[in-house]
Amino acid sequence: MELAADGGGVMTGDVAVLGAGMHPWGKWGRGFVEYGAAAARAALADAGVDWRDVGSVVGADTVRGGYPGYVAGASYARALGWQGARVTSVYAACASGAQAIAAARAQILAGLADVVLVVGADAAPKGFFRPAGGDRPDDPDWLRFWLLGATNPAYFGLYARRRMAVHGDTPEDFALVKVKNAAMGALNPYARYRRRVTAEEVAASAVVADPLRLLDICATSDGGAALVLSSMEFARRHGAARPVRIRAVSTVTPRFPNPVLDLPDIATDPAVAVEPPEETFRASIARAAYEEAGLGPGDLDLAEVYDLSTALELQWYEDLGLCGAGEAAKLLREGTTAPGGRTPVNASGGLASFGEAVPAQAVAQVCELTWQLRGAAGERQIEGARVGITANQGLFGHGSSVVAVR
Amino acid sequence: MITGWFTGEGDGFRLLGTRCSSCASVFFPREDVHCRNPHCAGGTLEETPLSRTGRVWSYTDARYRPPSPFASDAELPWEPYALIAVELAAERIVVLGQAAPGITVADLAVGMEVEAVEGVLHGGGEAESATTWNWRPTGAAS
Repeated sequence: MELAADGGGVMTGDVAVLGAGMHPWGKWGRGFVEYGAAAARAALADAGVDWRDVGSVVGADTVRGGYPGYVAGASYARALGWQGARVTSVYAACASGAQAIAAARAQILAGLADVVLVVGADAAPKGFFRPAGGDRPDDPDWLRFWLLGATNPAYFGLYARRRMAVHGDTPEDFALVKVKNAAMGALNPYARYRRRVTAEEVAASAVVADPLRLLDICATSDGGAALVLSSMEFARRHGAARPVRIRAVSTVTPRFPNPVLDLPDIATDPAVAVEPPEETFRASIARAAYEEAGLGPGDLDLAEVYDLSTALELQWYEDLGLCGAGEAAKLLREGTTAPGGRTPVNASGGLASFGEAVPAQAVAQVCELTWQLRGAAGERQIEGARVGITANQGLFGHGSSVVAVR
Repeated sequence: MITGWFTGEGDGFRLLGTRCSSCASVFFPREDVHCRNPHCAGGTLEETPLSRTGRVWSYTDARYRPPSPFASDAELPWEPYALIAVELAAERIVVLGQAAPGITVADLAVGMEVEAVEGVLHGGGEAESATTWNWRPTGAAS
């Protein structure tokens, strides 16, 4: 039992992943509830659990309808047929799915529910994400568009240029991330883009936010993902002798002063009164997960990270501790993060192959870990995978990382 | 819609933030209610001009028209603009802004000195909100 003083939390206990399910990513033109309910039904079938026996449903909210109230655990419960389950709805931008998993896990470990259904789904608009309408100057997300026209890819471009200047990364390095992920996505039936991509194709695509090109940046997609989680005791009674287990969920916030210009801010915290922590926010997200799981980067068999852009995937290698600062491009070029390497990253194909369906994405990352740890990932199976991590960062200061083991 | 974020004209143009009288943290955009330093009990927040010059932390550009609420005339062809994140040494803060018109990413480098200058807010409309700040390499022609 270990207490971390800065939000890392307490060693808790495992919860079982009884089922995982997804609705394929794409641009289907239908409502998010339909995708979420389809993913939920797939996860329930995979778990062999009847929906009527689920004690709690947790929904990861989308805001695309204008405000989170459009999307809630209750939306999915209604679509699946009201049966009286406890309901929770959470919003944490891109980290919403991990918050949903964290809420479900807490309910299970607290004895409030034996079986919890976690659902995230979205129907994304065409083109750039943008904030909901109206004049809302008190919302930093609205303000950055209105005042600066700073889209999400603009921030990705800033981070990529910074890596080039500080670490000597090149656009060719970035393109190789896309090549790697597209090759895996081509093997994933749930991915939206299922075609291999060459470095030449990345280089020939249009610049969106210098130095990043269209094929460096993830699309926005429709999709849905769901998990059925239970107590270890329920899993045993249910006949799941050796289920995939969630061992840690990190949902930490940054520490003042955060010297990185994170989305959607116009400026960083001032570091004049207090030295910034040596560890970046993103590194602290992973470290809290490692501490809670009692594991380190050397124990990982695979990782699913949030490749909003190709350059950001490289940043995650360093934040996860797979290599030192500035060494990510070398790690990629050596094949360490490719299938067959020491720590394959984004065996699912990543956001490069899925496009982002915001509240579904962190749930989908855990679906991939589940299939990989079961040895059921088909052509993209990472041999002998026993320990996996997901990592992601949601707007406004939402950390997200899940460790799963089997 | 944004008030008290900058002041002055020409060479006197400055971004405005607020400084905590207790810990000296400088906030931009301005914090007027309470200091955000968790180690600080919180002093009064006093308006303070930010450094006029800083160094480029990073930069990018907008090759495609951003969506609303960014205002632009859809009838006119899109003119990309650069965005610059600038590190102010005295305040130890990074502030994002659009580059002055005519400045492209080809003119920029990480570490280069830039200065805050008066700029025109895209589609600003109302007189009081039609001004904004731009970053411009120091010494570049206006």
